[in-house]
Amino acid sequence: MQITEGASGMKFGVVVFPGSNCDHDAWHVLGTVLGQPVEFLWHQSENVDGFDGIILPGGFSYGDYLRTGAIARFSPVMRGIARFAERGGLVLGICNGFQILCEAGLLPGALMRNQGMRFICRHAHLRVETTATPFTAAATRGDVLRVPIAHGEGNYFCDAATLAELERDDRIVFRYVTPEGRAVAEGNPNGSLANIAGICSRERNVMGMMPHPERASEMELGSADGLVVLRSMVQSLTHTGHLAQASAISA
Amino acid sequence: MLETEIRVTPKLAAEHGLTAEEYARILSILGREPNFTELGIFSVMWSEHCSYKSSRAHLRRLPTRGPQVVQGPGENAGVVDIGDGLVAAFKMESHNHPSYVEPFQGAATGVGGILRDIFTMGARPIAVLDSLRFGPLAAEAGVDEATAARNRRVLDGVVRGIAFYGNCFGVPTIGGEVAFEPGYSGNPLVNVLALGIAKREDLFFARAQGVGNPVLYVGSKTGRDGIHGASLLASAEFNELSEEKRPNVQVGDPFLEKLLLEACLEAMATGAIVAIQDMGAAGLTSSSCEMASRGGLGIEMNLDRVPQRETGMTAYEMMLSESQERMLLVAERGRESEIVQVFAKWGLDAVEIGRVTEDGMLRLVHHGQVVAEIPAHPLAEQGPVYQRPIARPAAQPETRRVPLSAADTDLTPNLMRLLASPTVASKRFIFEQYDYMVRTNTIECPGAGDAGVLRLKGTRRGLALATDGNGRWTQLDPKMGAKAAVAEAARNVACTGARPMAATNCLNFGNPEKPEVMWQFSEAIDGIAEACTSLEIPITGGNVSFYNDTLGKSIEPTPILGVLGVLEDASRMLGMGFCAEGDAVVLLDGRGESGLAEEGDAREFGSSEFAKTVHGIASGAPPTVDLAAEKRLIRLLEALAATGVARSAHDISDGGLAVTIAESCFASEGLSTEAKLSGAEPAEIACFGERGARAIVSAAPARVAELLAHAREYGVRGQEIGRVCRGTFAIEYNSRSVVRAPVETLRESWARALERALQG
Repeated sequence: MQITEGASGMKFGVVVFPGSNCDHDAWHVLGTVLGQPVEFLWHQSENVDGFDGIILPGGFSYGDYLRTGAIARFSPVMRGIARFAERGGLVLGICNGFQILCEAGLLPGALMRNQGMRFICRHAHLRVETTATPFTAAATRGDVLRVPIAHGEGNYFCDAATLAELERDDRIVFRYVTPEGRAVAEGNPNGSLANIAGICSRERNVMGMMPHPERASEMELGSADGLVVLRSMVQSLTHTGHLAQASAISA
Repeated sequence: MLETEIRVTPKLAAEHGLTAEEYARILSILGREPNFTELGIFSVMWSEHCSYKSSRAHLRRLPTRGPQVVQGPGENAGVVDIGDGLVAAFKMESHNHPSYVEPFQGAATGVGGILRDIFTMGARPIAVLDSLRFGPLAAEAGVDEATAARNRRVLDGVVRGIAFYGNCFGVPTIGGEVAFEPGYSGNPLVNVLALGIAKREDLFFARAQGVGNPVLYVGSKTGRDGIHGASLLASAEFNELSEEKRPNVQVGDPFLEKLLLEACLEAMATGAIVAIQDMGAAGLTSSSCEMASRGGLGIEMNLDRVPQRETGMTAYEMMLSESQERMLLVAERGRESEIVQVFAKWGLDAVEIGRVTEDGMLRLVHHGQVVAEIPAHPLAEQGPVYQRPIARPAAQPETRRVPLSAADTDLTPNLMRLLASPTVASKRFIFEQYDYMVRTNTIECPGAGDAGVLRLKGTRRGLALATDGNGRWTQLDPKMGAKAAVAEAARNVACTGARPMAATNCLNFGNPEKPEVMWQFSEAIDGIAEACTSLEIPITGGNVSFYNDTLGKSIEPTPILGVLGVLEDASRMLGMGFCAEGDAVVLLDGRGESGLAEEGDAREFGSSEFAKTVHGIASGAPPTVDLAAEKRLIRLLEALAATGVARSAHDISDGGLAVTIAESCFASEGLSTEAKLSGAEPAEIACFGERGARAIVSAAPARVAELLAHAREYGVRGQEIGRVCRGTFAIEYNSRSVVRAPVETLRESWARALERALQG
């Protein structure tokens, strides 16, 4: 799908917490690669009116000295985002953003230290488990995407009941797989439960993922497979009424 | 007893590391006896680490000028013009002693310190490279298991510390190198290079201006950590008591540094900052007196206003503290509030603690009393400069020659041993702990090429960076070893298709009071000067680290060179990995047709990685560096990338030709090579000799003729030696098979060797 610049009238927000360090990268893909209007959202601002999609970027909010995301969840902007999500606004948490969404209770489960107890930066393979989300609508189920990970705490965990619910409701969006697409231990870089790399909320408008789609959105960086996530957001906002919904509320 | 009451005596001065002559000089500058605080201030500013007193006379021989140089040595970092109105600020620094005493924090604060040097210039850091040296990871002759175990712990801590700081700060660690020699057992090397970019007009300098302008302290509060780090830790040999110096190591807070970065860049954009310098070694002392000295002015500070982490700190402690993540800046009078507001937004202190004066004095007030009053310029710039005695060490005993195998020997097992040696083996285990992609500029990742390459968003250009240095070679011949370091770093940059344009260095040596060490240093400077002049890459800054001695034994002298190159069209960048089955593999030799007869020097082979790994020999001489040949090869590589004729390029270095070809296979997607070589020298030297000015490139078969024509045009000998294939890796020499194995078998011995070695 060709996206025409600015035609949609939508606006993205990229949250800046103290210690966010992938904020510029997310901004670059939305603003420069996809040509969408995008602004930074300061963590002190509780008001998120006027935004249609919000990205919680990667980084080390508050240094992650306590527990990843544990302090950021108390930021004023998170109160605004909780209400925004409740009203159906699209929220994507990448890496540290996923950790914050879990801490804030907008997504279930937790991200623990990697199984190997070391930070890992490398390309991982992700399988698209569902396209019934605004973040993967432009993908094909079963697609294997090559997208980098870069985290020390990406080992997803939840209790058995939650896992069953995630499976039953088709809320596991991405799984770590081998390059051939098999969800086995060999393809799991950090020990995540059931090879989970990304999940969405019950209402499907909030997604968290440890891999960095914004780092795989231009061929010169070695892969453009991640672009489908942000393109899906744009497409969903354009075509499925999310935009109207969010705008109506902010108006 | 209060510090103000402590009587300063020559004995106390000696305990501060000041010699009798230095103390006399202090008396003459002040015209009186210093008080205790002043003595402390002189001792850190005149420490080897801060004053360069042993190296200064020699550093003058380095070439530092060129049309591309915007700022040479003397500022926080060197700056070069990279086109499109942009400049690159880059510099390398050591954090060796702290990294031995406390590996994690020592390495972490090493990263933090050099990052501040970059953003204090107004440049946003966009890359870090680390040049690391450790003792052997496994017991060997002269290295017991306890030492090897400690070396493994030090490496683990250093890598975690670098990852901790750089990953959190949000700067990609895009390259560097790691090597192992016995001399680094008690004294590892942690040299960190940082690179930043800025618009040329947005650069900031550390030059105080405007009498009456306020001096602001920003960032972290001052504590008692790191006191005398520069003088007692960095400027003295190690002994059995070095563990007790742990309190001299600082503690890093990368989160705070990230806030400091954002706040500084935002505050700089207000236009209200006149000058700025980070508080690195010698903290508040060096930042204040250096800014004053460069501006030809004075600075007066009220220490009661310094944000303090602990109560009851004395003037001496505050001035000597090396607490991290702090900056000192001079603001425009009347616009302080703009700066304070920006820092408040980022949750940081910005406190006016003093003002610029016209009397040229560094004057400190504490509890209403003047506690120090020192002329800033002599303190900062007129420290002692020594012409230390130089003595060439006694001639080495007759070198052991490498025993060479019979002509029909299968060299496959030796190649496998070489591939599994920690210096040659894959460094994936290390670099995957670093975030090398953050900021989405990294287009050549660690392991993919000879240098790290970044795109410059908004332009077509790219920047390539590589570091290099070989302590074993520099030990055998300091001048040649240093030349080789320059040549290899430049060649690495050229292999990506970039044109090398400037260099920074980190010179790691032993105790400069030993005449043999000063001889090594002086020779190395000559080597660097000659090579940098010849290759047209001026030195824009760097760092000298002396006193790398433990229990009286010096490290292998190790000059590390960091070379920056510009790629005019980033889309033309070359990696080291082969691209397609059937491609031609071409050996390039910068010596041209005439140089081949020199090959086969058995004496040079004694210094190779092969001699060390397979025979435990480190003798003879480093390969002779032919700078004219290097330059021809460098220019050719740039042309081959720009025209798109070559599809990959990888320079021949550690492990020689066989290892180079193998690495180009490993960096590909499962490809292999069959190569046929011929020559007059023994097969082992042909396969594993490390003579420079050579590279392996690959090209589509249809373009080989064009490639060879280019080579001839540049005076480089090009020779098609094989084809990229799948499956078996094979080398024939003079029509005899010398290496033959499945490429996957070779890859296995290379890929996991380091991780296995670290497990002990």
